[in-house]
Amino acid sequence: MLQDKDRIFTNLYGDFGRDIVSAKSRGDWKDTAALIAKGKDWIINEVKLSELRGRGGAGFPTGMKWSFAPKEIKPGRPHYLIINADESEPGTCKDRDIIRFEPQKLIEGCLIASYAIGANTCYIYIRGEYFNESKILQEAINEAYKEGLIGKNACGTGFDLDIHIHLGAGAYICGEETALIESIEGNKGQPRLKPPFPALVGLYGCPTIVNNVETIAVVPTILKRGGKWFASFGRAKNTGTKIFCISGNVNNPCNVEEEMGIPLKELIEKHAGGVVGGWENLQAVIPGGSSMPVLSKKICDTIKMDFDSLVEVQSGLGTAGVVVIDKSQDIVKCFARIARFYKHESCGQCTPCREGTGWMWRMLERINKGDADVQEIDMLMDVTKQIEGHTICAFGEGASWPVQGLLRHFRGEIEQRLTFKNKKIA
Amino acid sequence: MIKLKVDGVEIEVPQGATVLQACEIAGKEIPRFCYHERLSIAGNCRMCLVEMDKSAKPVASCAMPAANGQVIYTNTELVKKAREGVMEFLLINHPLDCPICDQGGECDLQDQSMKYGVDKSRYQLNKRSVKEKYMGPLIKTVMTRCIHCTRCIRFASEVAGVPDLGTTGRGENMEITTYLEKTLDSELSANVIDLCPVGALTSKPYAFEARPWELTKTESIDVMDAVGSNIRVDTKGWEVKRVLPRLNEEINEEWISDKTRYACDGLSKNRIDKPYIKVNEKLEACSWEQAFDFIIKNTKDLSGDKVFGVVGDLIDAESMYMFQKFLNTSFKSNNIDFRQTNLFINPSHKANYLFNTTLARLPEADLVVLVGSNPRLEAPIVNIWIRKAYLARKTKVYSIGDNFDLTYPHENVGITHSAIAEILNKKGKIYESLKTSKKPVFIIGESALSANGEYILETIKKILKESNSLNENWNGLNILHQKASSVGAIYLNLMKENFLEKLNDDNNKLVYLLGADHVKLSKKNQFIIYQGSHGGLNSKIADVVLPGAAYTEKKGIYVNTEGRVQSANKATFPPGDAKEDWKIFRALSEKFNNLIDINTHEILRENLFKDFPIFKNFNEIPQLTYENLEIKNINASNNNIKINEIDFYFSNIIAASSKTMNECKIAKQVLLKTGTDN
Repeated sequence: MLQDKDRIFTNLYGDFGRDIVSAKSRGDWKDTAALIAKGKDWIINEVKLSELRGRGGAGFPTGMKWSFAPKEIKPGRPHYLIINADESEPGTCKDRDIIRFEPQKLIEGCLIASYAIGANTCYIYIRGEYFNESKILQEAINEAYKEGLIGKNACGTGFDLDIHIHLGAGAYICGEETALIESIEGNKGQPRLKPPFPALVGLYGCPTIVNNVETIAVVPTILKRGGKWFASFGRAKNTGTKIFCISGNVNNPCNVEEEMGIPLKELIEKHAGGVVGGWENLQAVIPGGSSMPVLSKKICDTIKMDFDSLVEVQSGLGTAGVVVIDKSQDIVKCFARIARFYKHESCGQCTPCREGTGWMWRMLERINKGDADVQEIDMLMDVTKQIEGHTICAFGEGASWPVQGLLRHFRGEIEQRLTFKNKKIA
Repeated sequence: MIKLKVDGVEIEVPQGATVLQACEIAGKEIPRFCYHERLSIAGNCRMCLVEMDKSAKPVASCAMPAANGQVIYTNTELVKKAREGVMEFLLINHPLDCPICDQGGECDLQDQSMKYGVDKSRYQLNKRSVKEKYMGPLIKTVMTRCIHCTRCIRFASEVAGVPDLGTTGRGENMEITTYLEKTLDSELSANVIDLCPVGALTSKPYAFEARPWELTKTESIDVMDAVGSNIRVDTKGWEVKRVLPRLNEEINEEWISDKTRYACDGLSKNRIDKPYIKVNEKLEACSWEQAFDFIIKNTKDLSGDKVFGVVGDLIDAESMYMFQKFLNTSFKSNNIDFRQTNLFINPSHKANYLFNTTLARLPEADLVVLVGSNPRLEAPIVNIWIRKAYLARKTKVYSIGDNFDLTYPHENVGITHSAIAEILNKKGKIYESLKTSKKPVFIIGESALSANGEYILETIKKILKESNSLNENWNGLNILHQKASSVGAIYLNLMKENFLEKLNDDNNKLVYLLGADHVKLSKKNQFIIYQGSHGGLNSKIADVVLPGAAYTEKKGIYVNTEGRVQSANKATFPPGDAKEDWKIFRALSEKFNNLIDINTHEILRENLFKDFPIFKNFNEIPQLTYENLEIKNINASNNNIKINEIDFYFSNIIAASSKTMNECKIAKQVLLKTGTDN
């Protein structure tokens, strides 16, 4: 279990003030100028040493992403940093609390990351539903401007940084980095084709790095305490601390910062007050936001919460939005609802996702009602496979994985439901 | 060059090619819906998936740049499965209405589903239905059939330059629409019908007219403007059912204007299908014999200076040649002109009257000056090429003449001749741009040549000469003709000084109009013969009307504004008693006892080639040398450049007879209404 001295987000529950004075008293903005003075290469190297992986869901190594930005800034092609605060994944609410209670950590991270990639402009794309949070963030930015921490000659480093907030209009897909860029540009939020990747051709055609709120917010602490310190948590390639969002059928739903690789059972029992009705009442857990495949109780007994352990059981850490489902829930109904979410949020650009998400949802609804043949389970699996990997962006995977997880672990239940219903009709 | 392997075969492709293009070079056919050579890459249909080494997922070949060392597989089990999956998704919401769909028989989805489709549908739910969208009188929409490839959107915003099409909604509810359900405000709108890979956008005038396999296809040349777009004329029986573009990379690529495409229904309306003679101030139908006798009787003592021949705007070179020969031999007259309105032409050197830059090189231009020309209406295809230049290098476009709406940003710098004098005096905005320009282009419209055109032409030549842009490497001097017959007529030297003034003086004379509908005649002491295909103002005042053939009904040579000689083919035959024009002249010459001994079209062409060898060089642009290009000093005048009003949809007699063009004109008027004009 993570000790209090090693916590990065010391005000995750809003026990203290979020204003800049309180933030500074917690260590924010301490020696920022000195960190920047050590140079871009040192910063990127230190982040690489920490083995920090993107906290937005895909888990791409952050240091490597930054090093993709061109070294030289060509005239007329400025670099941009975009903070992805379009936190729309069901079961995830970590970025909201960071913005609510620790906004200065994010802003400090923006300055350091912008400096590392050579960006003088930073956009924070925040989802429209986080309206109050956007106001809090704007206040925090104003405070930082007033103190000279950002803006012209930020922190006295001679480096200029402007931070702009852009409010989204409520589309899940705008959390996909290229759709997000399209949205900032004023276009319809639809993912772009890759390659070229945003690091080379991004916002307004210029090199752009897109990072999650949490990723950027932990960077200042990593640099202050050293990449090695961060890497000492967890195991190789799955290092550091991570905010887990535990929700669903637990006694005490919460956000908690924990060490990477903490056993799921420990996480739920220690921090969330255990599963409602006890661990034995557990039916399944979605480990990383609704787009990650569900885990059966048997896996939950032993699984460790990090990127690679979860991949080994055909799931993923995603955003670490842990959704606990106990035995009182109708598992098929849950996943029909999730499928409906993805059907609703598909942008409609490419064929498999546009046509397939609706098909999956309708089929799950029928299965839920028991109004389907047993053979259709295989067909449903086939449809998910036809979507997965054939789309422009990762939404195809995000939509088909939950269904695949359901069929993988709860096939027996579905079959039972369908045969029971069919018998009754006969 | 990039080296890569496709299905085990090593191939080389140029830099910047995509994997799809590489596969095509390797001879592998890749199915596609959204990809189109001339549009930006969307990569949204996912039909072109191929397998690539070192990639876990199949990649969309249309969007993946080819790179050294790539190993591509196009026929593995994974690829087959992926394509079948995409095809299944496309079909689940696509209606099974092929029997009543006009796209049937030439439908990409139909063809590809034969290869990748599964014969039995697993989808047992209700199909999605989508409301029709109004897109104007040309485009019929059945949006339930749409597969969201967005080709139409990309065409409208990229090629046509009118961002009127777009999508609303998302996911399953995404719909292609004009947002406000209005007519697509473009002269090229109907090209989206060709682009649509399914039956979502089909041709409204052609709806339920014919199936593609019932049509006889004839390759031909368009005469609606002087661009000479390459077309295919589809006929069923006698009737021309539709006109489609034919690929020509140097002229129209694969686009044609709405007029080219849809004026064809004018070919069956308002036709002159019998000879007529005027008896008691009324035209009466008669036989060819009667008409010929009537002509001989009334033109007995007319010859030489008293005989005038006017050539119309849709006339092919052979007819003009025969016309010239006939007036020469039977009337000893050389009084022929093709200019129905005032137009200055200097025929001393080809550079003086051709579109010298050529269309295909227009995108190289870094400065475009439109002098008295509105290319959007005069020649929509030329407008595409100018827009290409703008897209490629943000080419600055200036216009001199009244202001109008184009499909790219342009700046008007005045309406007077002094705007041109200013450039010569090294002043003004255009000069500032010209200073840094390496490949400037001046496009002179017919309107600019109508009043003191000589000054405009010679001054622009001088300007170009001074900026070193009037030579073999780059010639920025361009005349944009509006009539298909113009350059052919200049080649045949059908021009006479002060022709129009003499035509309307009080002397007794014979006026022979060969399809000339635009020339203004005040009927006094003239004996007028009108020979043409359609009835118009001039056929009404004529004393004799002879039925001729329209452009789809004869084999003929047309020369486009670049000076390119092209041959149109006969797709159908003239209606009723109508004859091909050259045959009429031959018969008339026999009546006048001055037989022109040409009995077949082949012999006619041989004669034409012998007298005017320039017509022999089919599909070529004349190679010019500039040593003997004379540049004159002409005194400035303070004329204005007034752009002649162009009624795009009614600009010639065939279009004016067309019901579809009339609908387009009305739709355009509705579009222009602001809501505040009553």
